Amino acid sequence: MFWRVGFEIAMAQLLNRRRQTLVSVLGVALGVGFFIATASIMRGSEEDFVDRLVNNQPHITIKDEFRNPAAQPLFLVYPEGAVSLAHTKPREYLRGIKNYAAKVEELSARPGVVAEAALTGQIIVRYANKDLSASVAGIEPEKEMQLTKVETDMKEGSLLRLRTTADGIVIGQGMATELGLHLDDLATVITPAGLVKPMKVVGIFYMGNLLLDEGQVYVLLKNAQVLLDKPFIANQIRIRLPDPNAAETVAAQLESRWSYRADSWQEVNRDILGLFVIRNAITYSIVGAIMVVASFGIFNIISTVVMEKRRDIAILMSMGFRSVDIERIFLIQGALVGVLGMVIGWAIALGLLQLLASIRFSIPGMTDRQGFVLDYGVAQFLVGGFFSLVSAIAAAWYPARKAATVRPVEIIRGAA
Amino acid sequence: MSVERPLLEARGVTRILPAIVPVTLVHDIDLVVEKGEFVSVTGPSGSGKSSLLYLLGLLDVPTSGEIFIDGIATSGLGADALAAIRLAKIGFVFQFHFLLPEFTVIENVMLPMRRLGALTMDDIRTRAGALLKDLDMSDQAEKRPDQLSGGQRQRVAIARALANDPVLILADEPTGNLDSRNSKIVQEIFAQLAREQGRTVIAVTHEESFARSTQRNVYLVDGHIARDERR
Ligand SMILES: Nc1ncnc2c1ncn2[C@@H]1O[C@H](COP(=O)(O)OP(=O)(O)OP(=O)(O)O)[C@@H](O)[C@H]1O
Ligand SMILES: [Mg+2]
Repeated sequence: MFWRVGFEIAMAQLLNRRRQTLVSVLGVALGVGFFIATASIMRGSEEDFVDRLVNNQPHITIKDEFRNPAAQPLFLVYPEGAVSLAHTKPREYLRGIKNYAAKVEELSARPGVVAEAALTGQIIVRYANKDLSASVAGIEPEKEMQLTKVETDMKEGSLLRLRTTADGIVIGQGMATELGLHLDDLATVITPAGLVKPMKVVGIFYMGNLLLDEGQVYVLLKNAQVLLDKPFIANQIRIRLPDPNAAETVAAQLESRWSYRADSWQEVNRDILGLFVIRNAITYSIVGAIMVVASFGIFNIISTVVMEKRRDIAILMSMGFRSVDIERIFLIQGALVGVLGMVIGWAIALGLLQLLASIRFSIPGMTDRQGFVLDYGVAQFLVGGFFSLVSAIAAAWYPARKAATVRPVEIIRGAA
Repeated sequence: MSVERPLLEARGVTRILPAIVPVTLVHDIDLVVEKGEFVSVTGPSGSGKSSLLYLLGLLDVPTSGEIFIDGIATSGLGADALAAIRLAKIGFVFQFHFLLPEFTVIENVMLPMRRLGALTMDDIRTRAGALLKDLDMSDQAEKRPDQLSGGQRQRVAIARALANDPVLILADEPTGNLDSRNSKIVQEIFAQLAREQGRTVIAVTHEESFARSTQRNVYLVDGHIARDERR
């Protein structure tokens, strides 16, 4: 039967010190609000970034490389022998992935998997006496559309027009502007093999990344094989999986099976993903610090109430309230401040998120103005609320214990 | 339940405050109070009257000796068990009223009943109203303690002490802080509680007239009972 009356006593004592209560509630609320806003930016940008990593690139790229040079035959024959060879040169091998068509076919047979053979290399694009060097990717349009976002980023034309045009090329907006190229213009492509070939611009994409917009072009795989003088060769197999998180394991399996180097998107971006961990650690430490400061406010007010209310505590005890009842009254006060701080903190967070969502700024290397990518997940709100409650109750804990140890006789004797 | 025990029984109760020079508050007190008795406790200042009352009311714990309340042996009971006995069986009235300033008069009277939780909220409010009416305080029920006179506050404190219908009422100089007119009123209330309602009351007092109005007077000197007279 304690809780209702205990709650009312706790409430009444807080209401008696309205201003001080409000200040400590605001302290908590600001902590919660800024935490949620910060966490939303952090998570939002992280998710956005990972999203781009996952959707703009193949999940796994198999390359015509080996992580370790092939073992010398001598070592294969005597695997246990005390053999030493110095200054051996690994065997030279023909670049390109052997039997790539069969591999692509096998991978594509797996449910949900998209696999594409590609050939990459360097070329020069010339138009009106101006040269730009570019990475060329020989691809298959239907599959490329599922593997990366080139097609969604297409401003004019389409990847599919590569199929219907004899010698088509897809270029970026940056290159188009710099060379003065327009859709259906004939650009001249010059290759390291010395080939000079006019190609028709059938698509112009705009990804917002300077490097790609100026320096990446796409042609059909078979055209690339001609341009780069590598008939029937592909140097990449690009794979998209139904579950991007499985990329690391699948890549390891493929590599151990075919021994070609298989890079998962996680492996390629390991350093960036690692940075996110550090960034999150910093965010949470700062929030922790804010909440500690906020809980000093709570500690302060509840300590004051306990000091001031020693007589009331004594009389409640003489009436028959137990020590734990008294302790709970002050813990309830902490919880009340925490809950109020949480709710107001949520409101502050919503306001801050509105504000942040309206901000635009430019980042060097990005061609258009950016806004914060915010994550409106419930998780931050719950975590913020949890922080608030925990720090409020923790701050109330010590003064509440003090109150519980009040000896009513001493107070009543002293007052009489 | 075979043997009918007295309502209150103290056997060899001694309370010594541990200190570098230990202070003996009360010494070897033997006291038996039957149900319905109205006892006044008098004695010189510092003779241990308050200390004895706190011990009998289970607010303080004797260094040695045993106190039985309503047949319950209280030595060895934990703080929570003692609190439970105080809640259900004992009502205190002190020299200062000790009302909670955040609550109205009637809410103050309701507090012990709400902590006990034996009645519904409606019944608690009704009973608190009835107690205030008995003490002629009905029209002050919704006021806050700081809007009342000293005598009125003390009457509210008495109503609160009666809230859980305790078997024992302990009062420490309940009139000590009042003017003579209010003192008369409060004395009259205690007399009524004892005579008309048959309650067991032990009241510490300095006032001759109050002491004379009781059936029995216990006179303390230096922490022990010097005289115990029935009239
Ligand atoms: N905390 C304490 N430390 C030391 N001595 C104390 C303490 N509390 C009480 N005493 C002493 O114990 C004795 C009894 O005190 P008590 O308050 O019971 O007396 P009293 O009879 O109620 O006096 P009064 O009529 O003035 O209220 C006194 O001598 C007092 O000085
Ligand atoms: Mg006294």
